[in-house]
Amino acid sequence: MTTTRRNVMAGAAAGGAALGGLPWRSARAQAANTIRIGVLNDMSGPYRDISGPYGLECTRQAVQEFGNRGFNVEIINADHQNRPDVGVNIARQWYDQGVDMIIDVPTSSVGLAVANIAREKNKVCVNTGSATSDLTGPACTPNTVHWMYDTYMLAKSTGGAMVRAGGDSWFFITADYAFGHALERDTANFVRNAGGRVVGQVRYPFPATSDFSSFLVQAQASRAKVIGMANAGADTINTVKQAAEFGITRRGVKLAALLMFLPDVHALGLQTAQGLILTESFYWDLNDRTRAISERLRPRLRDVRPNMASIANYSGALHYLKAIADMGVAASKASGAEVVARMKAIPCDDDAFGAGSIRADGRKLCPSYLFEVKAPSESRGPYDYYKLLQTTPANEAFRPMNEGNCPLVRA
Amino acid sequence: MDEIFGIPTPLLFGQLLLGLINGAFYAMLSLGLAVIFGLLNIINFTHGAQFMMGAFVAWMLLNYLGIGYWWALILSPLLVGLTGVILERTMICQLYKMDHLYGMLLTFGLSLIIEGVFRNEYGSSGMPYRIPADLAGAWDLGFMFMPVYRGWVVVFALFACISTWLVIEKTRLGAYLRAATENAPLVQAFGVNVPRMITLTYGAGVALAALAGVLAAPIYSVNPQMGTNLIIVVFAVVVIGGMGSILGSVLTGFGLGIIEGLTKVFYPEASATVIFIIMVIVLLARPAGLFGRA
Amino acid sequence: MAGHSMTSTAAPVGPQQHIFGFTKAQFVALCVMFVALIVAPFFLYPVFLMKLLCFALFACAFNLLIGYVGLTSFGHAAYFGMGGYIAAHSAKVWGLTPEISILIGALLAGVQGAIFGWVAIRRQGIYFAMITLALAQMIYFFCLQAPFTGGEDGIQAVPRGNLFGVISLANDMTMYWFVAAVFVICFLLIHRIVHSPFGQVLKAIRENEPRTTSLGYRTDDYKLVAFILSATVAGVAGGTKSLVFGIATLTDVHWSMSGEVLLMTLVGGLGTVFGPMIGAAVIVAMQNYLAEMGAWVTVIQGFIFIACVLAFRRGIVGEIANLLRVRL
Repeated sequence: MTTTRRNVMAGAAAGGAALGGLPWRSARAQAANTIRIGVLNDMSGPYRDISGPYGLECTRQAVQEFGNRGFNVEIINADHQNRPDVGVNIARQWYDQGVDMIIDVPTSSVGLAVANIAREKNKVCVNTGSATSDLTGPACTPNTVHWMYDTYMLAKSTGGAMVRAGGDSWFFITADYAFGHALERDTANFVRNAGGRVVGQVRYPFPATSDFSSFLVQAQASRAKVIGMANAGADTINTVKQAAEFGITRRGVKLAALLMFLPDVHALGLQTAQGLILTESFYWDLNDRTRAISERLRPRLRDVRPNMASIANYSGALHYLKAIADMGVAASKASGAEVVARMKAIPCDDDAFGAGSIRADGRKLCPSYLFEVKAPSESRGPYDYYKLLQTTPANEAFRPMNEGNCPLVRA
Repeated sequence: MDEIFGIPTPLLFGQLLLGLINGAFYAMLSLGLAVIFGLLNIINFTHGAQFMMGAFVAWMLLNYLGIGYWWALILSPLLVGLTGVILERTMICQLYKMDHLYGMLLTFGLSLIIEGVFRNEYGSSGMPYRIPADLAGAWDLGFMFMPVYRGWVVVFALFACISTWLVIEKTRLGAYLRAATENAPLVQAFGVNVPRMITLTYGAGVALAALAGVLAAPIYSVNPQMGTNLIIVVFAVVVIGGMGSILGSVLTGFGLGIIEGLTKVFYPEASATVIFIIMVIVLLARPAGLFGRA
Repeated sequence: MAGHSMTSTAAPVGPQQHIFGFTKAQFVALCVMFVALIVAPFFLYPVFLMKLLCFALFACAFNLLIGYVGLTSFGHAAYFGMGGYIAAHSAKVWGLTPEISILIGALLAGVQGAIFGWVAIRRQGIYFAMITLALAQMIYFFCLQAPFTGGEDGIQAVPRGNLFGVISLANDMTMYWFVAAVFVICFLLIHRIVHSPFGQVLKAIRENEPRTTSLGYRTDDYKLVAFILSATVAGVAGGTKSLVFGIATLTDVHWSMSGEVLLMTLVGGLGTVFGPMIGAAVIVAMQNYLAEMGAWVTVIQGFIFIACVLAFRRGIVGEIANLLRVRL
């Protein structure tokens, strides 16, 4: 484990320094036959393990597998430190110095801002890291594709399916910021539509909370069957850890994590995480194709298995390159919007997500899967963590286009 | 009486108890800060990172050497305290005559480095650390379900705080310490090795932070940024209690834990802000904090 | 607190000629600054330079308080961030022109500074710092909760608009000249304040407050005015920044921003005229150029701070000034 991460990092740092360290003016002299992809993500903060260096390696894998089809591909990388001003500055500079596409971009404030810049500069942004469904809603642009999960899809899968499985009364523990509110609101709607009810909720300050016992006790007192955790990252991990401590899951209450990734489960350990319900759109052990791509990625990720956020970089970059090959480098450099239009026109197909497509509002469609975390006795080896409970097909998984208020759709 | 302000009484009792447990962490952390500030006149911004190191060292002992919780409770503070001694000898000792700002800047830089290195080595999502088998399980208190481990935290924290207080107030070593705070050259003239005492005090303050870290490892996510959000709150606790006041920081730690716990019931959104509101009110009414000397 | 005086940055100087209130060395440095401002956009990326100027202005505003009055505020993010939010809201929702938006943002930051300053100046040293921090935390809470700020998504897609309703600022170079002008005006304003009789009293307060009081000055009034001025200029910086980037977010009101501006000022040189600017340049450049170093950004930053404290305590400009035996 120790050496793994260091090596991944060393590679990332070296690559970044070699490619990204050029002064911005000299970069203009780059050959016109090179497509430049910028991986902009969190390399040093709370979202690092979700994508960060792993997302970068997945992007590299896509470029390697794509091969040389008459043009070169370069990858550069930077850490936006989860700060919008840093992210915006880098994104503008990259686009101005000849980067054609920016991928990843976690943290919704940065994601929305970079989408705006991509439109302004008529370049491409493939967002695989932000959760906000606004990217394909009011804030949608002809230059941005939102690749993976969003709050609506998570809410629909976890909220709707849980009620059908008998979890009909919910208590929400919500991080008090826009992301948490959106998750809670959307999930509550699906719970009610499926015939369940919400018996209570508590909103706690983000990010200054690390003790959740008070809220868990409140949740327990409400006698809800399901505790929905509308939060992410370390907050979710702390909530789950403390729920196990207070014996909440042992008394038959289900914990539903509305946003959780494989590395989070890994961090908790199965002993603590068992029985947890969560939604991802990718799991390495889903079928032969996902096993194949996870196997190919193993040397790059040093045995860490990809999750839906990191592997979305592979899928997104690969599809983008296919569109470039389809329309030619010169045409694609002329207009980012044209590239995105072509990405929407040609069908997606890769080992990670199988066949799929991109909607007019920029939403990549793929099925979402409801998983339950295995008990330690059920797990057969490292990263054997999930069992599949339910699949929501691609055409039902996301918010219907006419409900999103995306200006591109109304026009 | 079943309800107080619309909240069922049992629930309220439960929340008071949980507040007390959080208060135990605040008390232990602010105690270390107060000891360091009292003697070294340094605002130790590294405290959060050292708390994190305590938890991580416990995790390392378990995973690399197979050493469990009980030994970690002793070894981790010792090891982290030792790093503190090294920091004090090499860097912090140069700053005693300087404005507080420089101490803050240096320790802030140190915490950036420590957290950054840990993040590069272990990632950001954290490490699993389980509750020791002897302390697993829970008591049914009637009004709530109380994990044994939380009870242990309160008892142990109280023990640590009281012993620290006793050492400083009632022993000869403590008397030297207090005297050195007042007039270091004079104490040195009496043959006491003041620089060494200062070094050891810093080490002890750091060890207290690490101890709190070990206590926290089984219930909080063990990740490199676990101390970052806590540190500002703990500063507030120390200031409200009165900078450098040992007793003040302990009592305020527990008290604010309880107040925060109650806020989590009545208006959870403000539970992080309530401490700062109290700080403003206290500082306006009592400039040197609740227990400080003006 | 009182016993430990700040490292003095002023080198011993004899009587010197003054040009527009600047010493000869400062005047030379000022000329260098002007040349740099004019030449830089042709070599460096303009958006980066604009960010640099916004933070430089913020640090200058902060320096007015810490360097000249000796008040260490640990809550300046509140004025910077609020200026940013208000300016962004004015420009986006009310559709006002950029200069009016920034002025409204600055005005509100000033009013806020008046209220907070009135509360905070009653206390000294570390307690002053802590009260300003606490008040800033409340502002953070307000910005997180208030609907108009958009929570953690921030106010997005803020238009740069047309200066005076005429000149479009959409072009980065045009925007740069506007930001540079704002910076120069505020910079000279601060310089004028510091070198006025009012500024002399501020410095007297820094050196010895009881003696200043005994000379018949109401020191609290002076401190409050300085606080308001500092908050207002911080608001200008925040407002300008939100227009440059087209966003206003919670990062700018977070306590770490208050820490960052303190670092910039210290790294550059406390109480020097040009220090805050250099400090801001160093820190902003680190954030930008180290971004490519991936996860090592914070570690490298940490080492630089430690080096500053242990080796360059006067700050970059302070050390240079000391070396040349001039005031900068």
